[in-house]
Amino acid sequence: MSEQMLSLTGVHTHIGQYHILQGVDLKVPRGELTVLLGRNGAGKTTTLRTTMGLWHASRGALLFDGNDITQAATPDISCAGIAYVPENMGIFSDLTVRENLLLAARAGEPDTARLEWIFGFFPALKKFWNQAAGTLSGGQKQMLAIARAIVEPRKLLLVDEPTKGLAPAIIQSLITAFRELKAMETTILLVEQNFSFVKSLGDTVAVMDDGRIVHSGRMDELAEDRDLQQKLLGLSLDTHQ
Amino acid sequence: MTTTTPAATADAELPRLRLDTPPLLVLPILALLALPLVGSFPTWVTLTIAGLAMGMMIFIMASGLTLVFGLMDVLNFGHGAFVSVGAFTATLVLLPMQGWMQADSVLMNLTALGLAIALAMLVTGALGWAFERIVVMPVYGQHLKQILITMGGMIVAEQMIHVVWGPDQIPLPLPTSFRGVILVGDAAIEKYRLIAVAVGLIVFAAMFLVLNRTKVGLLIRAGVENGEMVEALGYRIRRLFVGVFVAGSALAGLGGVLWGLYKETLTAAMGGDIMVLVFIVIIIGGLGSVGGCFIGALLVALVANYTGFLAPKIALVSNILLMVAILLWRPQGLYPVAKR
Repeated sequence: MSEQMLSLTGVHTHIGQYHILQGVDLKVPRGELTVLLGRNGAGKTTTLRTTMGLWHASRGALLFDGNDITQAATPDISCAGIAYVPENMGIFSDLTVRENLLLAARAGEPDTARLEWIFGFFPALKKFWNQAAGTLSGGQKQMLAIARAIVEPRKLLLVDEPTKGLAPAIIQSLITAFRELKAMETTILLVEQNFSFVKSLGDTVAVMDDGRIVHSGRMDELAEDRDLQQKLLGLSLDTHQ
Repeated sequence: MTTTTPAATADAELPRLRLDTPPLLVLPILALLALPLVGSFPTWVTLTIAGLAMGMMIFIMASGLTLVFGLMDVLNFGHGAFVSVGAFTATLVLLPMQGWMQADSVLMNLTALGLAIALAMLVTGALGWAFERIVVMPVYGQHLKQILITMGGMIVAEQMIHVVWGPDQIPLPLPTSFRGVILVGDAAIEKYRLIAVAVGLIVFAAMFLVLNRTKVGLLIRAGVENGEMVEALGYRIRRLFVGVFVAGSALAGLGGVLWGLYKETLTAAMGGDIMVLVFIVIIIGGLGSVGGCFIGALLVALVANYTGFLAPKIALVSNILLMVAILLWRPQGLYPVAKR
């Protein structure tokens, strides 16, 4: 069994004429929460979408759980055990909360015990079970998006900026959820700009700039080193603290 | 500085999702407005039933097309080919079984018609599969090429009909038990129109059940809204699309048989001719919306019938005017699909 759940080696991604990822090298250790930080436009979302097969790498290699997924189709990548929560959450507005979760449970009806576990930190989902997802608030939609990703056990979660625009109370629910997932040894790759949210959650951290990884290491080392934070993340870091 | 937000935000009460009723009210309002203009109640009943029958047939032809567009953004201008091919294929059964069609037995009439419809749907479904693989698949995501190549596909299909069935019109008389009228008071209602209304309602109910009560239906509704996310959940949307394309083609074939019997004459261009109305219907309804397509089809047909009676000179443009009015009111159509 590979020590890395996911590894990207020299990955380049082009979108039309734009060269977005310019040789990304990233390791996501098994059972850990890896945080991908970086300014807007650094290539964080493209890294997740390339991993998910929504855009294909033009060069380089992606290995998931020891298997090459560089040119794999998105449904195959999903079935291999990767769940994806996009930045826009990807909620099906016309479907109810129940129907959204039903689609994510490929084995059939969602497992009742697992649902109760999810309701433990996202009680709103139980309350609005038969409500159209389009009527939920932004925070509730984010809860649904994450619930959909974990309604069945997955090997790796890719989560893109889950705290964007959310109230602190809801961010706290997300922290609880990620802690529980970590305790269950679920591997998570979390893209975030909110450093205060991730500094206590992350095990490892990678920082992107201009389509490349410019730093990778342990989160606790970065959290303690203010000079390094300043160097890597600049003023944006201070505004989040 | 952080702002304090009430902890209740996460499970605060939500507004209930209300049924969007104004588009539903347009139909009865239109019918009631037409009543004093028509002047005679029996004539109004006849026109209204005729409009509903025509609307149901247009809905059957249009429903597959709106899902195809909603699911994969494919503009299939060749959809009319399935209407024509369906109607002509039915003659392969109906003409040899003319004795059964003209018999005074409802059972024999229904058997012949049922076999014809089954064959028509089978052939148009298979043709739809081949059309998607050969014509549509190479031009995914390229709208201009889709328009050109699918129109080309329809021209080829029409010419193939000329090759197989000849260039002449083919008469297609109604089965004996479907002919004639039922008198309700002074209003004469053609039996076949009532049958068309019944078939349309059955198709709509079946589509409603499939879309709302099955996992495949959920996937179609989800795919219309966000196909990329459906793929990210592990489902192959291309396969789903092929299935919808085949089902939509088969429904167009069914619509072609019903439309052919309604007109009692078949021409190779009949599918292409009706496509103008079909496109108006799916635009009015909201691209990708089956419910909107249903309401839109009834609206278009009722307006066509009322204006045909009241002001024949503007009958040809009445549906364009209707579309303009609806789009001024709701630019995305009556029931826009929450999209991507």
